[in-house]
Amino acid sequence: MAVSLDVDGLAKTYTGHGRDVEAIRDLTFKVQQGELVCVVGPSGAGKTTLLRCIAGLLDSSGGQVRLDGVPVTEPPPGMAVVFQEYGRSLFPWLTVRKNVELPIKSRPAFRKSAEAALEAVGLSDSADAHPWQLSGGMQQRVAIARAIAYEPSVLLMDEPFAAVDAQTRADLEDLVRTLWRRLGITIVFVTHDIDESVYLGQRVLVLSNRPTTVLADVPVDLPEERTQLETRSSPAFAEIRSQVWTLVQQAKKDS
Amino acid sequence: MRRVLLAVALPAVLIAVWWVVSALAGSFFWPPLSTVLAVFPETWNADRIVGDVLPSLARLAIGYLIALVGGVVLGVAIGSFRTLRAMAEPVLEFFRALPPPVLIPVIALFAGYTGWTSKIVTIALGCLWPILLNTVDGVRSVDEVLRDTARSYRLGPVDRFLHVVLRGASPRIVTGARQALSIGVILMVISELFGANRGLGATIVQFQRGFEVPEMWTGIILLGLLGVVLSVLFRLVENWTLAWYHGQRQAERKG
Repeated sequence: MAVSLDVDGLAKTYTGHGRDVEAIRDLTFKVQQGELVCVVGPSGAGKTTLLRCIAGLLDSSGGQVRLDGVPVTEPPPGMAVVFQEYGRSLFPWLTVRKNVELPIKSRPAFRKSAEAALEAVGLSDSADAHPWQLSGGMQQRVAIARAIAYEPSVLLMDEPFAAVDAQTRADLEDLVRTLWRRLGITIVFVTHDIDESVYLGQRVLVLSNRPTTVLADVPVDLPEERTQLETRSSPAFAEIRSQVWTLVQQAKKDS
Repeated sequence: MRRVLLAVALPAVLIAVWWVVSALAGSFFWPPLSTVLAVFPETWNADRIVGDVLPSLARLAIGYLIALVGGVVLGVAIGSFRTLRAMAEPVLEFFRALPPPVLIPVIALFAGYTGWTSKIVTIALGCLWPILLNTVDGVRSVDEVLRDTARSYRLGPVDRFLHVVLRGASPRIVTGARQALSIGVILMVISELFGANRGLGATIVQFQRGFEVPEMWTGIILLGLLGVVLSVLFRLVENWTLAWYHGQRQAERKG
């Protein structure tokens, strides 16, 4: 399989006010095309910094990120980002439909793509509402619809479900798995939730504490067909979960 | 029904008080309201409306629109570029501190007292500052996540200007435009006090100098009524452009 995302020796040091903060020391990993990789780490591990560097929203201080072989220096065309702050990443003055259409409106048949994306996330009925008329979970669905309508080669998700309640969260996790399997897109999913990372991912990258490196690359050997109830209560799940959990605890202690 | 009653109650009381007190006062400078209302139709006949009122309103409209377009364009530029902002801020503070009527004699030196130009320039200059300064603040307050979203979806400069910057700043632009409107009405009158022979403000001054006291009062009433009409029109435009903003704020208060 071809490499989609290639992060090679990425480093990021924030400079300013006489104090340099080394957020990321040396991150190297590859994501294959069509993979669903979760990135998990203790809070303050520079997860968001990593994601912003990959997305081309932040300049790195060393190393390189390549998307489909092309170095990322600015937000690349084949990438979509779903942010944690759904309420702030949707345009409140546009309807749900227009929010999804805006990034793709120069493409042919963009209306149909938007329609299909909204249907895929189960929001066809709310297309003419404004984002603020919807619940938090529905707003995040809009952001996901916008991302998949964009047809990115890599979809980055930055703790997208951190701010929604537990039940909505479970639904949204299943939605991500369903969309990923149906559309065959590459997904990098950043989270601080260990259970979520194991439930969603094909493998889990565990980050160390700051300055960040990749502590471990844990394969998730669970069946493709996953359900909240059965998967989460299976012995295999528990084993991987405790493995990741131990690694994260270790990462916390090392600081 | 109740709201209409509440809105009408106080004006009705004030008019009644005016009516009774002015009838009893018997003062030359404060004629009975009945006399004032009796001369209203003949004072503001078709000739005065076409020759004085409409030209005044046209100058207000032209000056205000120039200020609106200029203020928004300059404000977006200054708000978007840090270097420009650092350069412009002290100058803006200086010009903002000047009371606009002070400029009338200066403007008149260049554009003449009697023509339209000096009056339009006066109105435009006075209205410019609140719009400009509020636009700068509005542009700076556009949400970071929203900007990141626009960047990662690679929205073009036109889309970014129209859909992110302008709409994001629009609540503040409207605030500035509302302040500018009342300044504009004041300047419309004041700009005619210096050496103009026609126009709403000039007519009122002529009545006052000619001791046509009831007619002078009709002019003041007419100005007040115009103010009410303008503010209602403004409210309509505001409700139309900022429906999303009011809706969002309401949703936040409930949530």
